[in-house]
Amino acid sequence: MTTSEEHEPEFDALVRPYVITNGRGFSDSDRFDLVTLVTAAPDQQRKAHLGPEKRELVELCEGGYLSVAEIAGHMKLPIGIIKVLLTDLAEDGYILTRAPIPPAQLADIQVLQEVLDGLQARFG
Amino acid sequence: MDSKHVSGEKTLLHDKVQIAAKILVVGHFAVGKTTFIGTLSEIPPLRTEETMTQAAAHIDDLKGTTGKTTTTVAMDFGRLTLNERLVLYLFGTPGQQRFVQVWEDMTRGALGALVLVDPQRLKESFAVMDLVEKYGVPYAIAVNHFDGTLARSEEELREALDLLPETPVVTCDARDEKSSANALVALVRYLQSRTR
Ligand SMILES: Nc1nc2c(ncn2[C@@H]2O[C@H](COP(=O)(O)OP(=O)(O)OP(=O)(O)O)[C@@H](O)[C@H]2O)c(=O)[nH]1
Ligand SMILES: [Mg+2]
Repeated sequence: MTTSEEHEPEFDALVRPYVITNGRGFSDSDRFDLVTLVTAAPDQQRKAHLGPEKRELVELCEGGYLSVAEIAGHMKLPIGIIKVLLTDLAEDGYILTRAPIPPAQLADIQVLQEVLDGLQARFG
Repeated sequence: MDSKHVSGEKTLLHDKVQIAAKILVVGHFAVGKTTFIGTLSEIPPLRTEETMTQAAAHIDDLKGTTGKTTTTVAMDFGRLTLNERLVLYLFGTPGQQRFVQVWEDMTRGALGALVLVDPQRLKESFAVMDLVEKYGVPYAIAVNHFDGTLARSEEELREALDLLPETPVVTCDARDEKSSANALVALVRYLQSRTR
């Protein structure tokens, strides 16, 4: 997989507007994958201090988990913005995440078998 | 198509869920990606967008404006809870070579990809196949059965798409649940065979 140092020229022409406006790089959002699972931290006393988007986001994931992609879909905001909001919220302890499984484990026979069994139980 | 889904409803995952796996559903324009995801998903299919600003240098030159064009890349996705600890997400996006960042996000950690192919528009599948191969995502081909599609032999199709002998080719009707599930099962079996 290419890193930002060795990206192709055509990628140079594409600049994410939110990166520019926030004046920060994307590396601090790397912990959030499209399928990183997010939940609201149990203690939300301070939620009232949050801005409307962050508050909506926290409330969306109260009492269970949603993926980053689902949060973006429900809030109708681009993934890039959601990742920035999540990064802030995680830093301040408003949300907790369940990390995506590392690729090595994904190739794991166990996971594939569970996917297969799950599909067959559901549709078989 | 969506009678089983309550639109706008959000359904949280149980906190016992441990693993979120991802399979890509890719293919050229109007090949049936959204239909496929909607057929299998347990939630109303969602759409997220990534906005990218593309510097338009040549336009600047001509018009003297600080021209930038904003392009929106849409991803459709759906969700399937497969057991207490495992949830599977299906992500669909068109294969446009320009949207490298979107492809990096989508392919990172993906188990594999189902490439939907319309046998009457095989050439249009080349770009998306180049992308899955470039990102090293193992894939199976699902030939979407559009009405009145003339049958093309599997042999012809394999040759046209330059497939490896082990790459699965299955037919599927993206509107049909059983048929779509079978295509996914074929992909997962193939992924399993690669780990042995
Ligand atoms: N006959 C038939 N029609 C299908 C099938 N799958 C999709 N369609 C129809 O083809 C059209 C395009 O399907 P979509 O699911 O929107 O295709 P898509 O790949 O998401 O399209 P884009 O997102 O625009 O690239 C719709 O009118 C579907 O109803 C199929 O298996 N058989
Ligand atoms: Mg679509």
